Amino acid sequence: MNIVVLLSMVPDLVEELEIAPSGVALDTQWLRYLLSESDDHALEQALLLKERHGGRVVAMALDRGEAEEALYTALARGADEAVKLTGIPEEGLGKRAAAAVFGAVLKESPPDLILAGVQAIDDMDGHTAGALAGLLGLPYVGVTRSVDAPGAGKVLVQKEYPGGLAAEIEVDLPAVVGVLSAPQPPRYVPVARIREARKTKTISEREAPSVAVPEGPVIRRLFKPEPAERAEMLDGTPEEMAKQIVTILESRGLVR
Amino acid sequence: MSTSGQDVWVYVEHLKGQVAGHTYELLGKGREIAGALGGRLVAVLAGSEVQPLAGTLGVADSVLYVEDAGLAEFTPEGHGAVLRALAEKDLPRLMLFGATSAGMDLAALVSATMGIPLVVNCKEIVIEGDRVVVTSQMCGGKLLGEVETVGKMVALTVLPGAFPSQKGLSDQAPAVQKLLSPVLLDRLRMRVTRLLEPEAGDVDITRAPVLVAIGRGIQRQDNLPLAEELAGLLGGAVCASRPVIDQGWLPLTRQVGKSGMVVKPKFYLALGISGASEHVEGMKESELTIAVNSDPRAPIFDVADYGVAADMFDLLPTLIEELRARTPSPS
Repeated sequence: MNIVVLLSMVPDLVEELEIAPSGVALDTQWLRYLLSESDDHALEQALLLKERHGGRVVAMALDRGEAEEALYTALARGADEAVKLTGIPEEGLGKRAAAAVFGAVLKESPPDLILAGVQAIDDMDGHTAGALAGLLGLPYVGVTRSVDAPGAGKVLVQKEYPGGLAAEIEVDLPAVVGVLSAPQPPRYVPVARIREARKTKTISEREAPSVAVPEGPVIRRLFKPEPAERAEMLDGTPEEMAKQIVTILESRGLVR
Repeated sequence: MSTSGQDVWVYVEHLKGQVAGHTYELLGKGREIAGALGGRLVAVLAGSEVQPLAGTLGVADSVLYVEDAGLAEFTPEGHGAVLRALAEKDLPRLMLFGATSAGMDLAALVSATMGIPLVVNCKEIVIEGDRVVVTSQMCGGKLLGEVETVGKMVALTVLPGAFPSQKGLSDQAPAVQKLLSPVLLDRLRMRVTRLLEPEAGDVDITRAPVLVAIGRGIQRQDNLPLAEELAGLLGGAVCASRPVIDQGWLPLTRQVGKSGMVVKPKFYLALGISGASEHVEGMKESELTIAVNSDPRAPIFDVADYGVAADMFDLLPTLIEELRARTPSPS
């Protein structure tokens, strides 16, 4: 089975987010990017499918932030090929535009299965995977926790619902699946293997095709929520705060 | 004269013969927006033999009920095709979906195939003249965007819990318009083979009076015993947010949130949990919530009753000590 995994880079939330002077974008100067969490799971899911059923895995990313690092990591983890789409504006692309760019590239020689994270933390004007399926006219299921390929020409996915419930859905290929999580945590590769991939493997580059997207939503302003709008914040040393917590619990009869 | 063109549609989610609670939140807000736009509020219900559910949607001016055996089980393709066909004919101004498993799939598909704008994870919707202005939550709640939508038709996904559900409840019986599916559903490229119930056997966290919940902030599996000990001292159990479950550190049965369990304990202690809406959905009705997080802006503090902006590893040892001192030692 030929699988393409779409990887997107998102702001690293460990860093404090700063809003640009324009007020409508993040200040990218100090922003670090890392691989979107559910894309990481999508890659793991693709590698699991390849190990079980054979085939090829191509990792594809828009050139943004540390995309190259993510692509070399994908190669080190077991992807057969990595493709970087260049010519992306520095501020990145909206999700609809990103879906249109991936769609224009993938339309040329469609794979059997396209996997991508179901969502990313910087989604605002859509979710890439679902939008891509809509644009390509392919069947789509998102929010999956496992994807298997029991027979030719189809995949069997588990789609999550609230309360721990899931639906098992058989999907005809070609298809797009929006992965929430893989059945196992994304595999770890040591830095040495990534360094080796940098030396021995290549990322193919191609110019992102220009695409027309309908006028999307317009950001008027970005802002941070006020901290602690509800909680009463406790103060003091750890010992003092621990005592306060115990007092609260006592007053509610939760400890003796 | 039809007022379509300004109507607000709400996609009605249902599973195992019950309307999802979140749908009433959308209907309540939809009622208000439809009033501001001068349009009607329409609930769109698709399924097979679920007409009785329409009776609970009385807040809406009308219910479009599409009955077809091919819609019995939710598939994004089947329900999406029906919605698209109906929307292309009736031209609603706004289509509201939950930011849920079903709603996310549908909104992404319908908006892309129809070429209409979509804004996801909305927590506020305001009508300004003929404009729809929404607040979209990003970066796990660390960032909000005030967004103006353009276009005659717009799709939104709305965060569960953003609006009260009471306003979406009504005793009145709505006008129900029953339709056959506007599209053929016999050639869908996907089919539901079975529903998988949650695994049983482990601790039932929905019954625990006290829950010690751990998130990404727990950092390493080695740190779990700290939470276990605390839970033991409080007479409760340990549960977790998604990242911890995905690491395989706790079984799926311990997951609280959108795709996990909904819990309402007497006391919920959130440790190193940022408070993404996916998690909050599962614990917001806890009787008492205390949150510990090193980031004072973490959205969990919007949900918690008390907050501690500190490193949990500084707090926990002394908290454990305090509690141990109160627990009578066995004699």
